[in-house]
Amino acid sequence: MLPESSLVLGLSFEVKTETGSTATAQQGHELLLFEALREGLEEEMERDPTVCVIGEDVGHYGGSYKVTKGMAEKFGDLRLLDTPIAENSFTGMAIGAAMTGLRPIVEGMNMGFLLLAFNQIANNCGMLHYTSGGQFTIPIVIRGPGGVGKQLGAEHSQRLESYFQSVPGLQMVACSTPYNAKGLMKAAIRSENPVILFEHVLLYNLKERIPDEEYVLCLEEAELVRPGQDITILTYSRMRHHVLQAVKTLVSKGYDPEVIDIRSLKPFDLFAIGNSVKKTHKVLIVEECMRTGGIGASLRAAIMENFFDELDAPIGCLSSQDVPTPYAGPLEDLTVVQPPQIVFAVEQLCKH
Amino acid sequence: MALIRRAGRSLSMLKRSSLFHGKQKKQRQQPIVSPSLPNLTPHLPSSLIRLQINTTYSAIPRGISSCSFRSSYIPNRLLTSEAQPKLPDEGIDDTQFLDFPGVKNTAFTCDLKFVSEKSEEVPCYRVLSELGEPVDGAKLPQMADALALRIYENMITLQVMDYLFYEAQRQGRFSFYMTCSGEEAAIVASAAALSNEDVIFAQYREQGALMWRGFDLQEFAHQCYSNSADYGKGRQMPIHYGSKKHNFVTISSPIATQLSHAVGAAYSLKMDRKDACAVTYFGDGATSEGDFHAAMNFAAVMEAPVLFICRNNGWAISTPITDQYRSDGVATKSRAYGMRSICVDGNDALAVYSAVKSARSMAISESRPILIEVLTYRVSHHSTSDDSTKYRSGEELSHWKVMRDPVVRFRRWLEGNGWWNRQKDTELQSHSRKKIIAAMMNAESMKKPPLSDLFTDVYDSIPTNLKEQESYVREAVAKNPNLYPSDVPL
Repeated sequence: MLPESSLVLGLSFEVKTETGSTATAQQGHELLLFEALREGLEEEMERDPTVCVIGEDVGHYGGSYKVTKGMAEKFGDLRLLDTPIAENSFTGMAIGAAMTGLRPIVEGMNMGFLLLAFNQIANNCGMLHYTSGGQFTIPIVIRGPGGVGKQLGAEHSQRLESYFQSVPGLQMVACSTPYNAKGLMKAAIRSENPVILFEHVLLYNLKERIPDEEYVLCLEEAELVRPGQDITILTYSRMRHHVLQAVKTLVSKGYDPEVIDIRSLKPFDLFAIGNSVKKTHKVLIVEECMRTGGIGASLRAAIMENFFDELDAPIGCLSSQDVPTPYAGPLEDLTVVQPPQIVFAVEQLCKH
Repeated sequence: MALIRRAGRSLSMLKRSSLFHGKQKKQRQQPIVSPSLPNLTPHLPSSLIRLQINTTYSAIPRGISSCSFRSSYIPNRLLTSEAQPKLPDEGIDDTQFLDFPGVKNTAFTCDLKFVSEKSEEVPCYRVLSELGEPVDGAKLPQMADALALRIYENMITLQVMDYLFYEAQRQGRFSFYMTCSGEEAAIVASAAALSNEDVIFAQYREQGALMWRGFDLQEFAHQCYSNSADYGKGRQMPIHYGSKKHNFVTISSPIATQLSHAVGAAYSLKMDRKDACAVTYFGDGATSEGDFHAAMNFAAVMEAPVLFICRNNGWAISTPITDQYRSDGVATKSRAYGMRSICVDGNDALAVYSAVKSARSMAISESRPILIEVLTYRVSHHSTSDDSTKYRSGEELSHWKVMRDPVVRFRRWLEGNGWWNRQKDTELQSHSRKKIIAAMMNAESMKKPPLSDLFTDVYDSIPTNLKEQESYVREAVAKNPNLYPSDVPL
């Protein structure tokens, strides 16, 4: 966890174009998001022999989303450890391994299964550094695909960021593009704190050109996706892409929204968010969490508490309904915030 | 039908007939035996019946009515009168006949038999009798007098500390304590068999192991009083000790969570190829937790060098073992996970030492986990919040307390060897008592942890939101100093 004033390793706070690629790129290489995660993972495993991956089917099978494909052949069975099916226990195992010197990365086959690991995460992972008086550190990364997919059913469409956000001692980040996926993966592995990295099932095949040079992003920083004047749209993970779609429509209608991908779900980058609010004076949060107790709920509270005087309008928040995600395609689409809804919400807020 | 009856009698001949095999040769990939077949050869042991029955119906000649098995051989066999040359036996491997991926070493049977719920008896290992004398035929472990005396002194100091800290809790000096009366030998002797490099993941009743490692009485007192000298910075309840330098991981209250941690630590030690193992202590009640089963399974699958030491003291607060599990003891459970185990008399310090030492070397050299069930009795109440007379009879308690004291049993052995006497005992008791009381007084006089320790160590460095929250608390305290405890330095 870096104090506010420190500099970021590698590339610092950058302005991104709408497609998300860097301004200088035509060097660099193109890859898909899951490959970017793999690249980040491989680089860190090469750099530090204590880094290892623990999860179901991560070894020779290569992971259910192919994030660890080919790595077992390269690093061996012990560093890409296939476990029996007991999420609470392999998360506990990773915690024990972390306390004795390893830097494990726990892969949940689906974030929803990590609910089984809630005991270890909430009672031990976030806590043991504190209760041991700082004697034992737990530099663990817990990652996996979450969010609403394409008809995966309710149990495979969990958004755990809302449940884990109040566990003290944890850091949470969400990646949304290959560029930030690789950078956040590397930063999470290097962090001394337990970090939960939220990936999204539907974003694994997103393609982008990323730099060839090594870069590590800052875990606590938000990403300015599109600068603007009229309204601040805060979002993360898959909703970033829905927002960008909506922005195309909004721009054609003459609005100039500022889009920030908050990336750091715990703690919030209130510095970047605050600067944006001071500029635009209106905020819309677009998230995939359920309305009750979601990231948007906490973010609204934080913004209101800190930037109340800057606001010209109540903070808008678009989130999924408080329902389990249905299987039927059209119903599922209705539970997720869609670009037309974002456009409408922006129009309403901008009337203030 | 007569055809069928004759078929039955000929079946034993069929087993070896070349026609039988001959037809099968080309299709011998997945021989199947239907378990619902009637036993037509009761005179043969069922293991010998490895019928290779062709389940395709194409070879059944027309006109033959249905047989009780789906076989085409019987009618064919009866049509031939010439004996065929015998096929060689090699290549017909027993295991070929059952090649389901889920199981390795077993054979088919056509006996409808269930595996009994009662397991094979697991004997309980001990070397000293209740009177502290070597049992007939017992091979005592090599234990020099220095080590034996150190174990004994540790047990006595532990007993005195437990007694005094329990009293301190009753006097309101700190809020909670757990004694380990009745289990001293189980804990101290097992710790004595380990090396200082072995990482211990304890439940909560193993302060004896930490004491063995060198955690001194003052450090114990600081932790129980939660003062500024506590290594845990006053953040955990009493008895939730932790000390990195002693390789004893901070206690976490939820039961059995430490079992998975131990497996992870063993995995880490295995990766580093260290000459050390992970050791985890837990009680009989913990064997019901999901983490126990998964950790045992993991350790076996991962071939991790971890010792699972179960203090089976018969009680989980008020729950007796008959309400906890239906297996006969804990050691027998390891077989289900493919793990080795042993059951030891936990009140026999020598037996515990011997078993743990042996298990440890096996665990490290063969990279395997071992379950050690240490049978003992919880003489103490579960904790200062419990009154066990509510669910246990006074006779039971006093029997175990007076007649089955493990420390006395070991002392008798020491006295038998001429290494100890009553006078030394009295001296040791009073010396420990003085030291502990001095440690308590010292701990009580120390300041509580400072306010900043409320916010440090949540992360590696303090984030902005916690800094804000800290300044808010400081403001509140500054404005209303009388509402906040004065012994918390700011």
